[in-house]
Amino acid sequence: MMASAACEDPILELHGVHTHIGAYHILQGVDFAVRRGEVFMLLGRNGAGKTTTLRTIMGLWKASHGRIGFEGRAVSTLPSTEIARLGVAYVPENMGIFQHLSVRENMLLAARSARNLRELDGPRLQRIFGWFPPIERFWLAPAGTLSGGQKQMLAIGRAIIEARKLIILDEPSKGLAPAIVENLLEAFVALRDEGVSILMVEQNFTLARRLGDSVAVMDSGTITYRGSMRDLAANDALQDALLGLDLRQRAQGAKA
Amino acid sequence: MLMVPALMLAALPIVGTPSTWLTLTVAGLAMGMIIFLMASGLTLVFGLMDVLNFGHGLFIALGAYIATSVAVSSGLGSVAQAMVLAMLAAGLLGIVFERLIVRPVYGQHLKQILITMGGMIIGEELIKVIWGPLQIALPPPPMLQGSLIIAEAAIEKYRLLAVVVGLAVFLLQWWVLSQTRIGLLIRAGVQDREMVEALGYRIGRLFVGVFAAGSALAGLGGVMWGLYQQNVVPQIGTQVNVLIFIVIIIGGLGSTAGALIGALLVGLVANYTGYLLPKLALFSNLALMALILMWRPYGLYALAKP
Repeated sequence: MMASAACEDPILELHGVHTHIGAYHILQGVDFAVRRGEVFMLLGRNGAGKTTTLRTIMGLWKASHGRIGFEGRAVSTLPSTEIARLGVAYVPENMGIFQHLSVRENMLLAARSARNLRELDGPRLQRIFGWFPPIERFWLAPAGTLSGGQKQMLAIGRAIIEARKLIILDEPSKGLAPAIVENLLEAFVALRDEGVSILMVEQNFTLARRLGDSVAVMDSGTITYRGSMRDLAANDALQDALLGLDLRQRAQGAKA
Repeated sequence: MLMVPALMLAALPIVGTPSTWLTLTVAGLAMGMIIFLMASGLTLVFGLMDVLNFGHGLFIALGAYIATSVAVSSGLGSVAQAMVLAMLAAGLLGIVFERLIVRPVYGQHLKQILITMGGMIIGEELIKVIWGPLQIALPPPPMLQGSLIIAEAAIEKYRLLAVVVGLAVFLLQWWVLSQTRIGLLIRAGVQDREMVEALGYRIGRLFVGVFAAGSALAGLGGVMWGLYQQNVVPQIGTQVNVLIFIVIIIGGLGSTAGALIGALLVGLVANYTGYLLPKLALFSNLALMALILMWRPYGLYALAKP
C-alpha cells in the first residue's frame, strides 16, 4: 500500500524521473513530492539511487526522462546554478567544502547576497554558531584542517547562512558525535518551524524517525514505499522488509 | 616557497664567485618572472575549467609581434604602449578563442589538446601572413640596454625591469585572488567547480573573464619575452608552450603561487646550468620537472583533486 505521489501544496515534485549515467540506467521512474514546510526523508540501502535522486533534482546530473517541478515550475532542464537561485541549498555527501579556503570564506561564499562580512545576516550567523560551535571556533582556519564532523557542520552552516526555501542534504549526520546530532536536530526543527522544507537522505534511522514527517524508501532506482514517517516507524515488519534494519538499530530507535 | 632561496643558496658555492652568482641569480629571477607572466593565466584556466589550452602560446606570440610593430626601441613610453596594446589584443583574441575553439570541447581533454593545438598552428600561419616568416629583431630601448654594476656584478637593466613588472603583476594577481569576491570565487571554482555552481554562481561568465585576463597576461609576457630574447620568430609560441607547461606542471595545475615558484625554479636552473654545464641547459627544465614529480606527483601546490 503506497500513498499517492501527489500531495497538497508541494514545493518539489518528481514524476517518472529517469537518470542515466553513462551506460547505467540508475533512476528508473522516481515519483514523490515534498510538501512545503515538511522534513522529507529518503531512505534505502546503499546503491538504491538516493544520491542520484538528489543530484538529479539539483541539476548536477540531467534527468533523461520525466518531470521535476519546483513551486510548480519545471526545472529538470535548468543548470544547477539556476536551481540554487530559486532558493535551493544542497549539502552533498562529500560535503563540498572548499578545503583551501578558510571557514569564514566558505561561509561568505555561500551567502550570495553578502558582498563582505559586514553584510552577513548577523543574527542568523549567531544562531548557526550556537548550533555548530566549531564554525565560530575555527572561523579563520583553513577548512581543510577541520575534522570530518566539523566539515559536516560547516557544510550545513553554509547551506543555511541565507534564507532558503528547500534544503537538500545527503546524509548530514554522517561522522557527527551524538551531541552534535542533537544540535543538528534542533537546527532542522527550527528551520522547519520557519517554513523551510527539507529533503534528506539519511542512513541513521533513529534520526530519520525523530525528524521526518514524510518518508520514501528507494530500491533499485525506484520508490518502493511512500507515506508518513509515523506509519513506517510504527511498523517493524515493514521496516524490515523495506530497509533490512537489524534488531540492534531498531532497539536504538525505540529507545530514542 | 623556501625552495627558491634554497636553490639560490645551494648554487652559491657551486658557482664560486659571488658576483657571477648575483648576475646569474638576477638573470634567473628575471627569466622566471617573465615565464610566470606567460604561465599564470594558463594554470588558472586549467584549474578553473579543467581546460588544457595548448593554444596559450599564440597569445604570447601575438604580444611579441605587436611589440615589433610598435617602435619599442624608441623609449620606455613605447614599451609601455606595446604592453597595453599587446594585453588588449591578446585579451580580445582570448575571448574569440574561448568562444570558437574551447567552448565546444568542454570536458573532453583529448579534443581540447587537438583543437587548441590546431588553433595555435592556424595562428602561427596567420602571424607569418601578417609579419612574414623571418626573424624580426626586437632590441630594447637604449635606456634598458647595458648593465648596472652592483656589488661587482653586472646586472642587465632590462632584467631588473622584468623582475619589477613580474612582481607587480604577481602582487596584483595575489590581491585580486585573495582580497576580492571574484578572487574568492575563482579560488573556490578551481577547487570544486560543481559546488560553486550548486551555490548559485554562474561560473561560465567568470571563466570567460579569467580566460581573457590570462590571455592578456600572456600577451604582456610575450612583449617581455620578445624583448628578453631580443628577437621574435613565428614559432615563439610553440617554443614557449613547452616551457610554460613544464612550469605549471611543476607548480601544480591550478595554483598561481605554484606557477610563480615553478617559473622561478625553471629560470634559475636554466641560468645556473647554462653557466656551469652549458650542454645540459636545454635538458635542465625537464630534469627539474622529473625530479619534482618524483617527489610530488601532482606538483608543488596541487590544488585540484587528483
